[in-house]
Amino acid sequence: MKIINLMKVALSALRRNKFRAFLTMLGIIIGVASVIAMLAIGQGSKQSIQSQISSMGSNMVIAMPASQQMGGVMQGGSNIQSLELYDVEAVSKNCPSVSHVSPEVRASGQVVSGTENWPTTFYGVGAAYLEIKKMKIESGRMFTEQEVKKAAKVIVVGQTVVEELFGKGVDPVGKSIRFRNVPLKIIGVLAEKGENTFGQDQDDVIIGPYTTVQKRILAITHIQAIFASAKNEELTDQATSEMTTALRASHQLREGDDDDFQIRTQKELVNTFSSISNILTILLGAIAGISLLVGGIGIMNIMFVSVTERTREIGLRMSVGGRGVDILMQFLIEAMLLSVLGGVIGILLGVGSSSVIGSITGWPIAVMPSAVVLSFVVCTFIGIFFGWYPARKASGLNPIDALRFE
Amino acid sequence: MSKKIIEVSQLRKDFVVGDIVVHALRGIDLVISEGEFVSIMGTSGSGKSTMLNILGCLDQPTSGSYLLDGSRIGGMNRNELARLRNQKLGFVFQSYNLLPRTSALENVELPLFYNASVSSRERRERAKEALHAVGLSDRMDHMPNQLSGGQQQRVAIARSLVNDPVVILADEATGNLDTRTSYEIMSLFQELNQKGKTIVFVTHEPDIARLTGRSVTFRDGHILRDQQITDGLLAREILHSLPVEDTV
Ligand SMILES: Nc1ncnc2c1ncn2[C@@H]1O[C@H](COP(=O)(O)OP(=O)(O)OP(=O)(O)O)[C@@H](O)[C@H]1O
Ligand SMILES: [Mg+2]
Repeated sequence: MKIINLMKVALSALRRNKFRAFLTMLGIIIGVASVIAMLAIGQGSKQSIQSQISSMGSNMVIAMPASQQMGGVMQGGSNIQSLELYDVEAVSKNCPSVSHVSPEVRASGQVVSGTENWPTTFYGVGAAYLEIKKMKIESGRMFTEQEVKKAAKVIVVGQTVVEELFGKGVDPVGKSIRFRNVPLKIIGVLAEKGENTFGQDQDDVIIGPYTTVQKRILAITHIQAIFASAKNEELTDQATSEMTTALRASHQLREGDDDDFQIRTQKELVNTFSSISNILTILLGAIAGISLLVGGIGIMNIMFVSVTERTREIGLRMSVGGRGVDILMQFLIEAMLLSVLGGVIGILLGVGSSSVIGSITGWPIAVMPSAVVLSFVVCTFIGIFFGWYPARKASGLNPIDALRFE
Repeated sequence: MSKKIIEVSQLRKDFVVGDIVVHALRGIDLVISEGEFVSIMGTSGSGKSTMLNILGCLDQPTSGSYLLDGSRIGGMNRNELARLRNQKLGFVFQSYNLLPRTSALENVELPLFYNASVSSRERRERAKEALHAVGLSDRMDHMPNQLSGGQQQRVAIARSLVNDPVVILADEATGNLDTRTSYEIMSLFQELNQKGKTIVFVTHEPDIARLTGRSVTFRDGHILRDQQITDGLLAREILHSLPVEDTV
């Protein structure tokens, strides 16, 4: 039979059986669409976690006192006073991969402004701190090196603190607040950062010179952490080892001595979270796989249910001169038209519903090209195979047996 | 003597069902010449349909030889048999076997779809002609479920005609129809035969068989009787003489 005739025959057969065609397509559409949507949600949340973490500074390297066994008692890192200001100096001098470095000391307490008060944390840091933590000033300014040297009573505050003390939308620059009875002048406000991955409010902070916190609030000389940033993300490992060497030298540790500090990078955090969200994606993928299976079984069912009717049709076509190959080609073309059309509709529906889900729930959505390709290939393959296989069986029968099939 | 269309000798057909062998045909010898109108009679299970299916190349004999229009059927492969069915044979079934939800015209066109040498214009023309020949020119776009049984069988006859076969094989073509419609169909077959078509017609009813030119009677897979019919009865005339109540 001519190919043009085959197309005509296949099309008219589909037209004759619109409902069956629709049901077959439905299985494929649901299979494809659900796989795409599920994996889009999984992939989207993974990407959003990653971008949140890198917005915290993915090239950040933090040195903290090590937790140590002391007389059998495990001591928390923050109780140990192993980091000093000269360590900061050592890092900034001896680590070529490090671009910025800042000490950090923390003090918790109430901030008071007039009648309002609010419990928060006062971070004493260097001028480079904002750069390292990827924070931005919204209004006012950051304090200067000069103010650090003088232990000036100036601070920049986060949005939450502003809201709690002054109300929403008020610009507090120039106003004074008290922290543990020390009056401090607000010289800048930080841009909003929202919650971090752990649900911690990153806007509930006060930032001032570390000298101010050391001398005027805590009366200490050591520091609690060193924040540094590598020149770029690739150099974090390099920066880590340089800092280790620098700190060991500065602490005069001998070969074989344990480090009395620990170094953490943001990269480790990214990796941990990626593996968690990978599990999420696998889970959603499994659900999607099941819907693909269910869709596939649906396609199979509808194809097999129609076999009786179609076997008689095949018998008739053979009795008027249709060859086995003509009949196979007809069924193959039918199945291909249905499956490909269903697959394309499924892709559109999957992508469309992903973005609808995304905009309704506010979940991040990222359609994976591999999911689109995979689900399309699997579904159309199932459709084509189960459209073709019964036809292959029937076209091998004697015409009379196909005509009498029941 | 005119050309032999069908020449069958020592034709046997066994069906194996489980461990029982059914001998449906036990050595049939039969010659049918061009222009004959042959009816095959016989009790139920005597092998009539089996015979016709083999003549129509829808089934293969267990043994024996079969020459159709000079070509030997034994040893042909499936594609060659399909070609033969497509170009030399027309089949009319008791249950019409039309494609559902497909217009009368498209149903009649069906055999020509499988003939690559027929253009789509020619296909349409010939299908229209065939429908005209069976008196259904005004029903070309009707679906099978919009046609009466008699009309559906006419469509099926048009389909069997459209490829201009050397022989039309009909298996109880009037079996599902009332008396009046049966005579209408027989009148159509007689007309076709008059125009020179060779027809083999399986039936149960002696009244119908009398309208053909030769009656072959089967019993238990053998030919019991083979006689010429010289009555010259015309179905059209019987139709006129039928009382009107009979149409119910
Ligand atoms: N596919 C088959 N498998 C097994 N046995 C069969 C098959 N087809 C026919 N037979 C047997 O062959 C014998 C002849 O059957 P056939 O259909 O030719 O009879 P028939 O003369 O057409 O009868 P009827 O007048 O009832 O149609 C019967 O005994 C039947 O049971
Ligand atoms: Mg029969």
